[in-house]
Formats: sequence, structure tokens, C-alpha cells
Amino acid sequence: MAARGRAPRYGHPSAARTAGTGTGAPCPRSQERGAAAYYGPHDALLLARPRGSKPLRARHAGMRSFSARPRGITNSDFRPRGRSADWPPGASILARPVAVTTAERQGRGGAGPRRESENMSENLRSSKTTSKSPKTSAKKQKGDKAKQSSKGKRKQLDKKDEVDLSMERIGHPEIFPLVFTTKTQEIFNCRVDEDVTEENCFKLIKKEDIIQDLKTRAAISDFYPVKRVVLEYPGEELLVVFDANFQYGQNFYLVASEEAKENFLKPPDTAEEKEEKSEEEKEGTLDVHAYKRSVRKPWVSLGSEKEVEEESVKGYVTKIKYMFSRARRKFGAPIRFTDRNASHVKDSYVECTSYQDTTFSIKLLERDVGVQMVPKVKEASTQTKWTYPKNAATQYSPRQLSNEEMEESLSSEKLKEFLTSVHLRMEIALQQNEIMNAFFDDWKALAEDETSSGDKSDVYLKAYQSFTDPQYLKDRSISCVRWHPTIYGIIAESATQQHSDEERINLSDKLLLQDSVIIFWSFSDPIHPQLILQCPHDIYCFQFSPSDPNIIAGGCFNGQVVLWDISKHEERLQNAKSITVGVKKSVVNMDSASVLNLLESNDTSEPSYMEDDESVTEPPLVRYCATSSTEGSHKTVITDIHWLPDHFEVNRTGTTFENRAEICIQLVTCSPDCLILFWDIRVTKLPGKLSFEKEKNIFDMPPGVPDTFKHLALSWKPLIKINLCKSDTEMEYSPIKICLLEQHHHYKILDKAQSLNKPQALARENPYAKMSVPSNKPLKVLESISNNFFVGTKDGEIIYSDWKIKIDSDSGKPVSKKPSHKYIIHDEAVNTVQISPFFKDIVLSVGGWNFAIWKEGVTDGPILESSCTAQRYTTGHWSLTRPGVFFIGRDDGNIDIWDLLKKPHEPSHFQNISKSMITCISPWIASPKQQFLAVSDDSGVLHVLEICPILSQSSSNEQANVLDYFEREVKYLKNYEKYQEFQAKERTEKELETQMEKTSAATKQKTKRDGGARKCRL
Amino acid sequence: MTELENYLFSGIPIRTTLDNSTTVQYAGLLCQLTMKARSTVRDIDPQNDLTFLRIRSKKHEIMVAPDKEYLLIVIQNPCE
Repeated sequence: MAARGRAPRYGHPSAARTAGTGTGAPCPRSQERGAAAYYGPHDALLLARPRGSKPLRARHAGMRSFSARPRGITNSDFRPRGRSADWPPGASILARPVAVTTAERQGRGGAGPRRESENMSENLRSSKTTSKSPKTSAKKQKGDKAKQSSKGKRKQLDKKDEVDLSMERIGHPEIFPLVFTTKTQEIFNCRVDEDVTEENCFKLIKKEDIIQDLKTRAAISDFYPVKRVVLEYPGEELLVVFDANFQYGQNFYLVASEEAKENFLKPPDTAEEKEEKSEEEKEGTLDVHAYKRSVRKPWVSLGSEKEVEEESVKGYVTKIKYMFSRARRKFGAPIRFTDRNASHVKDSYVECTSYQDTTFSIKLLERDVGVQMVPKVKEASTQTKWTYPKNAATQYSPRQLSNEEMEESLSSEKLKEFLTSVHLRMEIALQQNEIMNAFFDDWKALAEDETSSGDKSDVYLKAYQSFTDPQYLKDRSISCVRWHPTIYGIIAESATQQHSDEERINLSDKLLLQDSVIIFWSFSDPIHPQLILQCPHDIYCFQFSPSDPNIIAGGCFNGQVVLWDISKHEERLQNAKSITVGVKKSVVNMDSASVLNLLESNDTSEPSYMEDDESVTEPPLVRYCATSSTEGSHKTVITDIHWLPDHFEVNRTGTTFENRAEICIQLVTCSPDCLILFWDIRVTKLPGKLSFEKEKNIFDMPPGVPDTFKHLALSWKPLIKINLCKSDTEMEYSPIKICLLEQHHHYKILDKAQSLNKPQALARENPYAKMSVPSNKPLKVLESISNNFFVGTKDGEIIYSDWKIKIDSDSGKPVSKKPSHKYIIHDEAVNTVQISPFFKDIVLSVGGWNFAIWKEGVTDGPILESSCTAQRYTTGHWSLTRPGVFFIGRDDGNIDIWDLLKKPHEPSHFQNISKSMITCISPWIASPKQQFLAVSDDSGVLHVLEICPILSQSSSNEQANVLDYFEREVKYLKNYEKYQEFQAKERTEKELETQMEKTSAATKQKTKRDGGARKCRL
Repeated sequence: MTELENYLFSGIPIRTTLDNSTTVQYAGLLCQLTMKARSTVRDIDPQNDLTFLRIRSKKHEIMVAPDKEYLLIVIQNPCE
């Protein structure tokens, strides 16, 4: 083809190709088109299949186009040329649906498929080149045409090629402008304005005629330039159009293609009109044509259904049929299943394992790949500079003057001047200090003044709590009250019958019926006792061991000494606050594990020996773990019991030795049976222990009782017996209260108690667990220990004696010393003999209707003796913090508070506590700011009173003042004695002169009475 | 019991009855304190001056008599 290789100037190359090449051969430049970059996205749309060429397309691409194809357009109509992959993904036939339908509609007008396709391609092309379409925008085309024509002429001249005449350049390759001379017009009957006009511009000229004309006129024929076109023209007639407006530059033009001819002749008006309309609609630039909804038209098959048919999957293999049958009798028959091992029978099971089928290998054609942008990651690090700590020190030496310089400055006039000026000032200041004590604490003095001059109403005992128990304490008298030395707010009391001793003896059978107990109370629970100690008989006195507060020694009504070990309950007492009322902690007897274990074990591990089901609120009953043997014990009630201090021990002769273990191991008891007994709680080697007794003991002991004092059981005998016989007669004293001068000082115990109260105290080992047989090593004799003691008797005497045993020269038997001194001061039984917690030699004794204060070493009598009162004094106790204060209970339920520094002759305060007799008073320091006074009465009620600060806090030099007071009293007493003696002498002389009647004894007696009178005067 | 010390005003002891280290300590500290006290008095009234300084502590009374160039420090113990 001539057109080949000629590069089109403008216009779409594909359009030129489609139309210009006409029909027949495939596009000559199809090879060039292989380059994808050459295509616009719409190219595929515009490509008409060259006739005769087989469609080339990949299956999947066809599928895609198939699915996207609009109705009426088949793949055969539009097919992508070249490789399947070249079909651009964005290119869809749908892109121009209107144009296509228009074309189709056009083609429907009876034209064959071929025509139709040609039309369509043309229409498409024209619609494609919207703005440049010659048929739509005529004006523009005109301009183009003009240019084009000139260009075309030039080219014609240059190349001398007839094809150049065609209007290919402007997109109409089938149009060839021709100049028809008048002659030619005549020959072909197309005279201007006669045969053809502007309106009727078409003239069909037969091909043969033109050929004839070319033959006859040859070169002068007007068809000569297009001779070849005419010769190649496939149809019979050629269309010549009169170009009245010189649209293509000449007066006529030849339409060289059959399709174009048809276009011009048949539907020119309608097609053009419609096309224009659609164009305008699409562009929507100027004309405002309302959108007309396309009317549904019956579907015309263009062959697409065949392709659908091809694509659909059809089964073509005959299906295999299986028939299963079974005998009728087997239906409904009972089935029996049996077990069978699958591996026993061959082929009883088939395993279907998955495997890769090599026959199918699907090539991966598409792959999803994702790319994500991430910011550049960079690692960087910096390090701060570390400065090492460094020890640095500077030292300076004080500037000092050399000796010469010093001498110089000392002798300088300036210094002398200075000293003279300063001297006076300093002297005045020093004098002031001399006159006034610069270090006198005004504030403290102010506070003391207030307390000392405080109102009487300020001094009081505030009722804090009171305890009583209807079961154990009903109609009973409280005989003894002791505070737990270490645990806060725990107080123990023992109760006895309210009868007098004589009555008790008569009613001894009945007494056994009632439980004798020691009851532990806690501040946290005023209703329920925390612990109950079982006693064989009524307890008249008991003491906590100063070394271990879990050991309690008590004196019984029948003369036995009883020991308890409450170490298992220590925790309960300590946690008394947290224990709710309902929690039962009833452990009657505990397992006999070691004491150490017991301390650790708590309520959870206890109930192994639960004997009886007590009620929920019942406190644990603790059985005594040792009693003294009845033979060795007192014959009657033990009225006082004391632990010997832990720093010494005594042997059988009363000699004091050092106590290596530093625990209290010895007890002293007294009883009205004239005996003072010393007990040792360690294992004693008594030969008189009988085997059957032993067995019996073991039998008697219920399980679970702590075995701390197992060795003592019943065979326990006193270490020393001191018989207090009156020196002159065979009468014996009946001691009620004893007071060892070598005593624990209460404040010391309290200090200890505070340290024990710490949490570590729990882990502390029971000192008594380590208690061992006294070793045979000679113990150091302690000479400094005082062996002396005061005893208050039933008859009101105060006896001063010591416990050293002397070997009687006559019989060779050990005999206790005779009491060195005895005084009859009290008119009734002494109920209190107590050493002052501040002075080791000051003793308070209470009994009958008066009290007395004694000083060891003052043999003339008490240093202070009170006048008799209307009410009986029943008990007394020193204050623990104020040396000059003591409390005395009376039988009318009052408590007298004596302050010796304030009022030595009468109680400074008194307060009613109870209706019945006060039986016991026991103070306790809970904290430096809080002190309690436990007061028990005859009716079984225990009152706990808070001591007001004025009574509990001593002033700074009270002790010294009290000591001073006592010394004064001693002096006074001595002077008085002298005076008395002197007076007595005078009197005796006088009497001797007159008559010799009076005896010296009477004089003595009188002296005593006078002494009492003297005290009253005070 | 009184103890006498004499100091140069720059804090160098001239004569002392105390041991050396205590003297140095007292001299250095009390010199500063006296200067401060003096400047306080003078700041309040420029025509005024400090004549005597008494420091009463729990344990002692320290009396300082300052002058232009010298300082006399007396430490008095309470209970004698």
C-alpha cells in the first residue's frame, strides 16, 4: 500500500488506518503496535478487526471482555489485537456505550454485517475524535481543510503521488477532491447547477464509464489523478459529490469507498442528525437537550450467545451408576454389634491421607503484592558523661598565735582596755546568774505548782471498767487481784467464800462443791473471762512469776501451793482484743508438747485433747499443773505467797546463794499455822517419794497438762520451815502477811515487762523449760542479801525476823531464829505488809483500824502510825509512781488516798468504790500517762479505776522529799524516845521517891500508847 | 564553774582555759555569731552597738562580751 510508511501528521493514526486502508489485508502496521506504550487506553476500543484475521485472545482476557460487554456487541466485533496482555485493564467497551448502540442501530437498517462493522468503526471514530470530527463541527473543519488542502497540494507536488490527493490528512482518506471540467461534467451528466446542485450534490457514475473516459481521454481525463483508486474500487458505481462550497478544495470529490458511499447516499440526513444529537448530548457543552431514556429494544443476536455456549461447562461423560440392594428379610432384623480389632482383619480400614497431586500444577498468573511505605528507621545512641564520685577532704589548721605574739597581745594596751571595759559587763552577768538560777525551768515549776495546789475535785479515781461473773463470782469474795505483768489490760483475780475462817472449816464439805477458780479478765471484753484457772481449793493469794508471767503460784485454802502454766494461752491473752465474743477457744487440757511448741501453736492446732463440749462463750479452763503434797504443806489457809527475787536462792539452812539461772525458782508462803515455808520449784531429791505415789500421780494427771512441773506433783515439799514461836511463851505467831525486805521493785519489773511485751517476746523460750536440777557446784554465798522479813500476824502484831536456820545447840536440830522484834500496833489481823517500791527499807502495814509505816533498822517502832478510824482498814497498797502516796481500802467500800507530803495526818482524798468491803487493791502502770487501780470487793466485783494524773505523776523531787520526811520522822521518833525515856526516868525517880508500885513493863506499855497519841497529834 | 577565754576578734584564741579543739570550735563559731548579732543590732539602729550576748542552752550559758578588737567568751556550766 502506498500509504505505508507515511507518518500521518495529525488525527488519530488508528482512524486513518482503519478507514484509509479500507478492507482486506490486516493492518500493515500491526507490528509496530506491539509496543504497549504506543497505545492509548482507548485504542483497543477503536480497533476494528481486520477481515479475515483470526481473533487472538487469551482465554481469561476474553472472559473479562465478555462479562463487561454490553448487549449487542460481540467479541467478534471488537477484539483486541496483539497479545492478550495488551488489552488494557481500563479499556472497556462500556466506555462508549451510546456510540456503539447508535452504530448498531444504524447498521440495523438492512445492511450486512460487514457494512455494519464499517459503519460502526467510522461512527466510533468520529465520536472518538469529538472535537476534531469534521461532521460535527463544520467550522473548524473548514479551517483545517484549508490548511490541509494547501499542504496536500504541496505534498502532491513533492511526491507526485495520486494518493496524496486523498483527504487522508484530515481524516477522510476515502475522499478525493477532483476538478471536473465542463467537458467532464457534460460527459458524466453532472453539470453544475443543472445536474447537480448544492442540495442534490450526489452523482453516481459507473465505474466502467470512468474507465472508458480514462481510456478515451487518457491524461486529460479529470479522473486521471485518481485512476488507480477508480480501478481498485470494488463497487460498480462511484459516487461523485458536487462540492459547491469547495469543502475539500475542488468543485467535486470522489468517494472512494463503498461504506462512505453508502453513508452519503442512504442515511446521510438521519445518521448525521442523530449522531450530532448524541454528540451534543455527550458533550453537553452548549445545547441543553433533555436526556432521553433509551427505549428497550428486542435483542438481536450477533453471535454472542454462541460464545456463551462455548464458555459454559457441560457434562459430557456419562455418569457411573451404582446400585445397592439387600435382601428383604434383612430389613428390620435385630442388629448386634461386636468389638473387632481393625488390624486383625485385612483391609478392614482404609486410610485416606492427603498428598500432592502432581497432575495438577496450576501456574500462578496473578499475584497480590503489597508494598507499604515505612519511614526510615535509624538507631542512635548517646551516652552521658559519668562523673565518678570522689572522696575529697580538706583540712585546716586553726590559726594560732605564737607564744611571742600571744605575749605581745596579752601585754598590749588594747587588751587591757578591752578587759577593763568588758570586765564590768561580764561580772554583772555572772552575778545575775549567781543570784538567780539561770537554769531554773519555769515551765516545769509552773506545772508542778498547779498540780500541788490543784483542787480537791481534780483528784479522783475514774471508774474505768468493772468485771464480775455470775457463775464463778456470785456471792463470793475476791481474795486477791493481780495484774498480768506483761500483757496490757489483763487482770487476774481469785475468789473465796465470804465466810469467816471458822465457818469455812465447818462448811468444808459444801465448799468443795463450788468451783474454785482464778479468773483472767481483759479490758477488751468486760463480760467474758479470758481464762479460768482451776484450783483444788479456794485460792487466797497468788503471784505471777516475775521471770515468766505464764507461771502462776497460788496458795490454797487447805494449805497447798499450786502452780499453773498458762503459756499456751499467752497468745490468747495477748490477742484478747481481736478475739470476738463468739469465738470459742476452749481448751481444757492441752497436749503435752514442749513449752516451746506450745508458744507457737495457736488455736488451730489445739483441740486434740478436747474433753468436754463447753459452750461457745466458755473461756478455756486451765488445770493446775502442780500442787504441793498435803503432808508438807501448811495446815491451814495460805494467806500470802511471794516469789523470791531471781538474783538469789536459799538452801535448807536459809543461806542465800547466787541464782545462776536468774529466774525465780523459789517461793515463800505464810499461813496462820505459824509456819513460813520456802519452796523450790525445781526437782528436789526427796528420799521419801514412794513409787506408788508416783504411779498415782501419773494416773491422776489428765492428759494435756503442761509438764513443766510434773516433777513436783504431790510430792512437792517445802525447802525451809520457819516456825514463828513467841520468844517468851510457847505460843506461836500466826502470820498472815509476809514481806521480804529483799524484794523485787515494782518499777524494775515494769521495765522488764515492757521489754517483754515486744513481739519478740513470743519467740522467747520459757525460762522454766530450761529449769534444771541444781548443780552440785558450790554456789557463791551472797552475804549482801538481807534475810530479814516483816510478818503481819492474825493478832495484829508486826514481827521482824530473818529466815536463817540455826542449829540448836541442845538438840542438834535446825531451829529457826527467834523473831528479833515484835510490835503490837494493829488491833486486828494485819492484812497488808508491803515494802515501798521506792525505798528498800520502808514497809507499810495495814490492819484493824490503822496503818503503820516501818523502817528497817528503826527498832523503836513504826516511824508513822495512823490514828484509828471509824472504819476498818481492809487492805492497802503503795502507789507505784509516787513515793509518798498509798491507797487503803476500807470495809465500807471507800478508798483512802494518803499523800504523806500533803497531809500526813489524814487521807488527802477518799472515794467510794463499792457498797461492800474492799478486799484487795492492786495498781498497775499501763503507760507513763495511764495508771489503773484494780479494786476488788467482797461481793465478787472487780473495779478497775483510772488513777488521775495528779495521783500518778510524781513531782521531780518527791522521792527526796519523802525520804527526807521519813528521816525526819525517824529523828523525831528517836528524840521522842529519848524524851520519853527521860520523862520516864524522871517519873520513875519521882515514883520511886513516892512509891514503888509501877513495873517497868507497864511503863513500856504506856510509852507505846503515848506514841500512838503522838501520831494522832500529827 | 566558769571558764574564761579571750579571743582576738578574727577568731584566733589568745588565752583559754579549755582544751585546744573546743577552744577553736567555740572561737570560730561564736566569733561569727557575734559578728552577725552585732550587724543585726547595727542594722536596726546604726548608732547602736552590741555590748553583750548571752546564749542560754540546755547545758550551759554562754556569755559573750564583744569589743572593737577582742571578744571575751565565758561558758558557765549550770550545776556546780
